[in-house]
Amino acid sequence: MAKIIGGLTTSHVPALGAAMDNGKTEEPYWKAVFDGYERAKSWIVEASPDVIFLVYNDHATAFSMDLIPTFAIGCAEEFPIADEGWGPRPVPTVKGHPDLAWHVAQSVILDEFDLTIINKMEVDHGLTVPLSLVYGQVKEWPVRVIPFPVNVVQYPPPTANRCYNLGKALGKAIRSFEQQDLRVVVFGTGGMSHQLQGKRAGLINKKFDLAFQDKIGPNPQALTKISHLEFLRESGSEGIELVMWLIMRGALSEQVKEVHRFYHVPASNTAVGHMIFESQEA
Amino acid sequence: MPKVNDYDDIPGTTVFDAARSRKGYHLNSFCMSLMKAENRAAFKADEEGYLKRFGMTEAQRQAVLKRDWNWMIQEGGNIYFLAKLFFTDGNSFQYAAAEMTGMSQEDYAKMMLAGGRPIEGNRSKSEWENRG
Repeated sequence: MAKIIGGLTTSHVPALGAAMDNGKTEEPYWKAVFDGYERAKSWIVEASPDVIFLVYNDHATAFSMDLIPTFAIGCAEEFPIADEGWGPRPVPTVKGHPDLAWHVAQSVILDEFDLTIINKMEVDHGLTVPLSLVYGQVKEWPVRVIPFPVNVVQYPPPTANRCYNLGKALGKAIRSFEQQDLRVVVFGTGGMSHQLQGKRAGLINKKFDLAFQDKIGPNPQALTKISHLEFLRESGSEGIELVMWLIMRGALSEQVKEVHRFYHVPASNTAVGHMIFESQEA
Repeated sequence: MPKVNDYDDIPGTTVFDAARSRKGYHLNSFCMSLMKAENRAAFKADEEGYLKRFGMTEAQRQAVLKRDWNWMIQEGGNIYFLAKLFFTDGNSFQYAAAEMTGMSQEDYAKMMLAGGRPIEGNRSKSEWENRG
């Protein structure tokens, strides 16, 4: 059986990857961010997952204008690190878990969430920065990873409500995997408020972000009612990535225990938010 | 009449919707080509010549040559695609963001350190019109 131990949310700012890769984590500007991830580093050891189900978005890396899947699942044995324009990040190749990934794909499609299946894909900072934040610099990732890219680049992204319900279906599918005993942690990445484009670039909405953090554990239903217009207006044009946090939340048990919360402005252009939840399975 | 969308009221923001995506297809495809080192080299060696490989409009070509990021966005460019271009130039997201806001990179970085651009006064175009 597979068991969902808990979930973790985090921003995936590319500059955080660059700071780690270039040895800048002790500089005061960056240290203020990385200090917020100390708890995650010890928690992940305690949780000792076999698999991370990692919800993120591709940033015009694997998916160009030619092909834009709304929800997709990585079923390959491994996922090479993409060259995003300055050479690939110096991090290990990501190893997948095809047995669980294919099981989830089949279950969720029969549960009426139509996923795109990926057998070959390079992964970008959206996936590798969260892994680096939690595991630090390693020679091999000590965990298998199922990449789950969500379109948030081409408008409209899937709705908050759709994401939450999809998360529920994913949770059910993961729990119904019987081939092996697996400990699974679900990551929901992206956000929090930020805007990278136009004359309103640099927008941060701390009040919105903190309210989101307050609600996602005990009352995620309230967040499923946030419209695209509200996300775009209140959390910036790129803040809408927060819908991916709701996929993570949906996959966890109805009741969760919040074990860590962090919020910091800025990392480059972005409000960094990070939380850890443990499942409260019956 | 072009369709008016609810999000068009958000000031200083261009939502990458269907119309913009269709308009920007060739511009964004050019940017995507810069993911390959050999294409970056070819572009750097002869920018104008390289751009002729793509079915871009004259406005899109000029916006690229001038590195006018807001103009590129107006012509259908998407920030994650445009990133390939400013990365090729050796610049960061914060550089591009500062350029788009018309601030110096130093002033922009200071604004971010002070908590970012506040939401108050930046929700609706009417708020920008009224501030004189």
